[in-house]
Amino acid sequence: MSELSDHSDTSFAPGDEGEHDVGARVLGYVIGLALALLLTATSFFVAGTTLVWQPSIPVALIVLAIAQMGVHLVFFLHITTGPDNTNNVLALAFGLFIVFLVVGGSVWIMSHLNQNMPPMDQIMRMQ
Amino acid sequence: MAIAATAGHGHGHGDPHHIGLVIEHPGPAPKRVVTGFGFWIFLLSDIVMFSCFFAAYAVLLGQTADGPKGAELFDQRNVAIETVCLLLSSFTCGMASIAADVRNRLWFYLAMAATGVLGLIFLALEFREFAALVARGAGPTRSAFLTAFFTLVGCHGLHVTAGILWLLTMMAQVFAKGFRADIMRRLLCFALFWHALDIIWVAVFSVVYLLGSTP
Repeated sequence: MSELSDHSDTSFAPGDEGEHDVGARVLGYVIGLALALLLTATSFFVAGTTLVWQPSIPVALIVLAIAQMGVHLVFFLHITTGPDNTNNVLALAFGLFIVFLVVGGSVWIMSHLNQNMPPMDQIMRMQ
Repeated sequence: MAIAATAGHGHGHGDPHHIGLVIEHPGPAPKRVVTGFGFWIFLLSDIVMFSCFFAAYAVLLGQTADGPKGAELFDQRNVAIETVCLLLSSFTCGMASIAADVRNRLWFYLAMAATGVLGLIFLALEFREFAALVARGAGPTRSAFLTAFFTLVGCHGLHVTAGILWLLTMMAQVFAKGFRADIMRRLLCFALFWHALDIIWVAVFSVVYLLGSTP
């Protein structure tokens, strides 16, 4: 795994933390839970509100979702950018790359197809 | 693992490139790190599979075949309760990991039981929602949109079901065998699985329920 120092036991399995006492570890989970609850509440509030400009709501929901996934990764899964976590982060980056290719590519291509093709009943009338 | 030996530059040891001063090879990583990393790769491939279902849902969102749209079907209050259940279960799962690390059986069983109960509440709410949709004629056969919806959310529900079965297995294994090294590795993988399910649920409630019901 990531042998950035000569003690192989300093690299972490995903989900493992460094040496902390129990209080500090519980506190980490409590902070993560509080942040996640806050972001969830914001998402549900934003989705139903009429206070903001309506076209901005989908963007806000996506940003809030990505932020909450980041909170989960850091506080629950303990994926950090430290040198002992390099392999985990690289695997995650590759996974995210594939996810964005699949989702972004599908949505992009299919929306272009929808714009460029007339609805099916018009095609039938042209024949 | 072998190429890792070349990554030692900048720390004043290893030095595989220049002056031939080779420090002893660190050897393979501990089994816990290898197991955790392998399971992490599985979880990422699972997330890639979910991304295909998300792509299908996003593409088919408007294809309702004159049937009901998401805004008419989704009950935000129900989804909010489901979300809180899963979030709290992720927290109690973290507490179970800590309890296992300090070898505290009582807190381990309590936290795992809480995780399982919250997961069951989540599943019951989801099942009730699915049953209500099917009862009002909005089952998976109604439109392409509903097919994509049931596939994506149902697949997540199946993962939670498998997670609860795994949770009960882990409680039984700790009861029968104690906190052995191999049991601790399985607990590490279970915790990763459960937290990853919560991450996928964040995407589900944001994309499916909240984005899907914006006009």
